[in-house]
Amino acid sequence: MSNRYRIWPVLAFFLVAMSLEVAPMPEAVAPWRPPWVALSVIYWSMHRPGRYGVGVAWLIGLLLDVLKGAVLGQNALSLALAAYVTIKLCQRLRVFPIWQQAISVSLIIAVLGFFGFWIDGMTGKLQGGWLRLAPVISSMVVWPPLTWFADRLVASRVRR
Amino acid sequence: MFTRGPSLGMRLFLLAVCSILLMYLDHQRGHLQTVRQALSVAAYPIRVIVDLPSRAFLWAGDALSTRRSLQEDNTQLRGEQLEARVRLQRLETLQAENDRLRALLESRPRLPDRILVAEILSVDLDPFRHRLVIDKGIADGLYVGQAMLDAAGVVGQVTRVEQLSAEAIMISDPGHATPVEINRNGLRTIALGTGDSGRLLLPFLPNNADVKAGDLLVTSGLGDAFPYGYPVARVLTVDRRPGEPFAEIIANPSAALNREREVLLVWQQDRVPDETTLSDDGDETEDAAAAADPEP
Repeated sequence: MSNRYRIWPVLAFFLVAMSLEVAPMPEAVAPWRPPWVALSVIYWSMHRPGRYGVGVAWLIGLLLDVLKGAVLGQNALSLALAAYVTIKLCQRLRVFPIWQQAISVSLIIAVLGFFGFWIDGMTGKLQGGWLRLAPVISSMVVWPPLTWFADRLVASRVRR
Repeated sequence: MFTRGPSLGMRLFLLAVCSILLMYLDHQRGHLQTVRQALSVAAYPIRVIVDLPSRAFLWAGDALSTRRSLQEDNTQLRGEQLEARVRLQRLETLQAENDRLRALLESRPRLPDRILVAEILSVDLDPFRHRLVIDKGIADGLYVGQAMLDAAGVVGQVTRVEQLSAEAIMISDPGHATPVEINRNGLRTIALGTGDSGRLLLPFLPNNADVKAGDLLVTSGLGDAFPYGYPVARVLTVDRRPGEPFAEIIANPSAALNREREVLLVWQQDRVPDETTLSDDGDETEDAAAAADPEP
């Protein structure tokens, strides 16, 4: 069954997520930018745990590091961790109602946020204070529309 | 998922070790330039795509501007150009005088810097750091540490060069310090970024230092990061606090940080690329390179 899924919708999905991750935003709302790539990694490893595992997440993270000019390995580590936690919990996450799923996802994002905080602290770029946790809230808000959209994408593949 | 390869936890562990190793090599050693450059080939198209909407918007603005606004622009620019030319005339005589005086003092004349215009790609890297991406890279002879200006003053310096683009840090980044001097009396100090693009902090001047609101700060040329004499900021407030060893001085950057689309890159004399690596606009390069014999 799974070999009928094509790779290009997922690829396009990640390209859009990457673009959104660095798209220009007004300075005042920039800290609230949802972590689009991390959310996409969580979505795909929740729904296709066999295909998109920690290795793929790590490679995507490495590309994101270069794109955002971060220390090489920072986003790679946190995305691999996100994929790991999601795959471990995917059986439960998939049957959650959507609001409960959104809360769980934002908790995963919070854990990643603390990792990012820790790495930034070690490389000497600690800034932002409590605003660092803004993506936790914004990812809770964008998770339902994101899953709605991605579900449609998956469904259209299966029907054809 | 079930039986192939090592278990999930083991894979995560291996990847985590890899990441920590990468972070160590990249941050502590800076060994991974080639890896980063290879990956940046994949990242560059994304940056360009993200930049497209704002570029299209600018283009549409240009294409749809009315005849009248163009005429207005034109007259205004004419006026500005006339004014600039008059100033330039005086500058040339002053330059000649300066060179003569320097010759009398037997010191090396200041040389013109080579300048290149680069466009800023509208890409947001990190909300808590003041970084930007420009559309020139190794192919244009950029180097790490190169100074970046706009029409009004210093913007920042290049921190990382890739084949077709480069990343730069702005003077308002909290991790950046600019060696400056006060234009009025030559008092040297350091201006630190605050993370707010409208404020620089001068924390190392004592309470009795001769500084007042309105003073212009220019680059001091120390530390070899910026060429001498470009405006950096203007002092906004001076708060002398009795009982504290240092005054709290806040300055407002002269450059339009976060508002410009274009920046100027400046090559210092000893870093001007030779004509073999750079073929275009060679006339400035030649003068500078010919005169750039360093003193023993």
